[in-house]
Amino acid sequence: MLTAELKEVTKAYGTKIVVDAVNLQIHEGEILALLGPNGSGKTTILKILAFIEDPTGGEVKFLGERVNFKNTEKVRLQSTLVFQKTTLFSTSVYNNVASGLKLRKVPKETRDREVKKALELVKLKGFEKRNARKLSGGEQQRVAIARALVLKTKLLLLDEPTANLDPKNAGILEEVIDTVNREDKVTIVMATHNMFQAKKLPHRIALMDEGKITEVGTPAEIFGKLSKNLASFAAVDNTFTGTAKATAGGTSLVDLGNGVQIEVTAQRQGATAVFINPQDIILSKTAVKSSARNVFKGKITQITDLDSLVKLKVNVGKPFTVQITKRSFSEMELCLNAEVFIAFKASSVQVL
Amino acid sequence: MADILGGIIKGFELVVTGDPELYGIVYRSLLFSGAAVILAILWGTPIAMLIALKEFRGKTVIKTVMNALIGLPTVVLGLILLLIFSKGGPLGFLGLLYTPGAIIIGQAILVTPILVSIGVSAIESVDPEIMSLSKTLGASESQAQVAVLREALNGIILSDIASFNRAIGELGVVLLVGGNIAGGGLRTDVLTTAISRDTAIGEIGLAVALGILLMIIVFTVNIIVILSRKANYIVELAKPWFAKFKREERKSDHVNS
Repeated sequence: MLTAELKEVTKAYGTKIVVDAVNLQIHEGEILALLGPNGSGKTTILKILAFIEDPTGGEVKFLGERVNFKNTEKVRLQSTLVFQKTTLFSTSVYNNVASGLKLRKVPKETRDREVKKALELVKLKGFEKRNARKLSGGEQQRVAIARALVLKTKLLLLDEPTANLDPKNAGILEEVIDTVNREDKVTIVMATHNMFQAKKLPHRIALMDEGKITEVGTPAEIFGKLSKNLASFAAVDNTFTGTAKATAGGTSLVDLGNGVQIEVTAQRQGATAVFINPQDIILSKTAVKSSARNVFKGKITQITDLDSLVKLKVNVGKPFTVQITKRSFSEMELCLNAEVFIAFKASSVQVL
Repeated sequence: MADILGGIIKGFELVVTGDPELYGIVYRSLLFSGAAVILAILWGTPIAMLIALKEFRGKTVIKTVMNALIGLPTVVLGLILLLIFSKGGPLGFLGLLYTPGAIIIGQAILVTPILVSIGVSAIESVDPEIMSLSKTLGASESQAQVAVLREALNGIILSDIASFNRAIGELGVVLLVGGNIAGGGLRTDVLTTAISRDTAIGEIGLAVALGILLMIIVFTVNIIVILSRKANYIVELAKPWFAKFKREERKSDHVNS
């Protein structure tokens, strides 16, 4: 049974085509991830599936019926989207989470019960009366998820649900996504460019690039054919491609270009893609003698404030993303353009 | 000088003793200006929503004209309306001239540019995603618009107060189309017109009393509204303190330090 189906769906803004003749089937009860760089059309596809954006061409079927985009008021009740940028109404957490239920004229008693349940699920028990916009970023995104979950729609759409969240909040959300899919059989389509998430959560992945779906398959299939789909991964943090050469010590050296060579424990030859978890990278102001096989000197080019963490982009010839705690960040007195060293063990490098 | 001083003292006396003539005028002022603002809200809000939320040609021109009309001299508007409502005028058959109806309509027209201009900027400052958000939660087009309005409420209330202040303190329109009638069945004299009349005929005491009350009304309306918003705000601020634990209130956003 298909929950939704896109046939040759195209979306253009003026002459700019953002979704290009996309064919996609969404099976009932699955988690489908749209994986691809920024601007590849993921968000637009989600908005079309939420029926808040109409396609310029093609056909969309929902629960077997062709969707008339001139009148989506009814069908919108069956599909809901959680935006990447957390958007909350300036009122209490309760009023936010209950807003969709109020629109559906759900009686107050049921509403109270459902809101309570949804808040427990996202680990915000007892937050009903708090001002939603005064919560931390992670809590706000969890309110937004609860507000969507409470509606029990046939289709739940999530646009980069954990982007800009620290690992703790991201972990809570991933658990929630998994739970509602398994227990409530909610069909989920999520956009992501988080490699870990894409490997772990979804049943199927659709790779996107420049408005097109380039490949659809299970995570195993997609990651198995990585070299073919490198473009879609280019935007993922700390994912690099290069040429590997075995060393005498049983490890391999991967030349990423631009003078950056990293050592990995796996033995590889030829084209290889590697991924380093941002949390596995140690940042220091001076070169430290350690067991880490990979040490590079670079400059901080970007600083992003997450809830309890700070995400840094360090350019060492290739841009690396590093995550450190806020405390380390202030104690180390880091700033933009500061010279720093990054270090990680050969065994921390995942060869894809 | 003694006359003026005596007038001021008498003014205070009238205010304190609750003179019925005085409070009749106050009542009419509140009634007419209140009705005018409500009327202006009824047509001004949809206009503000249309300008703020829809893209169309000439939008900037309309916004500029609306802004300019805020400064329209009330006596000019009064004159135009007098010509329209007078017996030989296009709407003369309605028989509205020198009635409360004409005052209410006149003031409503006068405050519309204020209401629309402030309303438009309030609505435009709402996160554009609120519309899509409401829709994806199941709202119809009109329910989504109401959601946007609710988010713009602070600015909308501000536009309502500004409009009321302008209406109640206005003289030109009420004088020209209302006629400042102080007797008979349908009196049309209000605070501003009565002050000008009483001053002209040397009734300084009554004029001062009316002036005091006009100021009190304007300040009270503002203070009530500000306090009611503040009260909300103070309660919201205090909430975390009552909660079992205090959390850091921080929004994740880009910091380019």
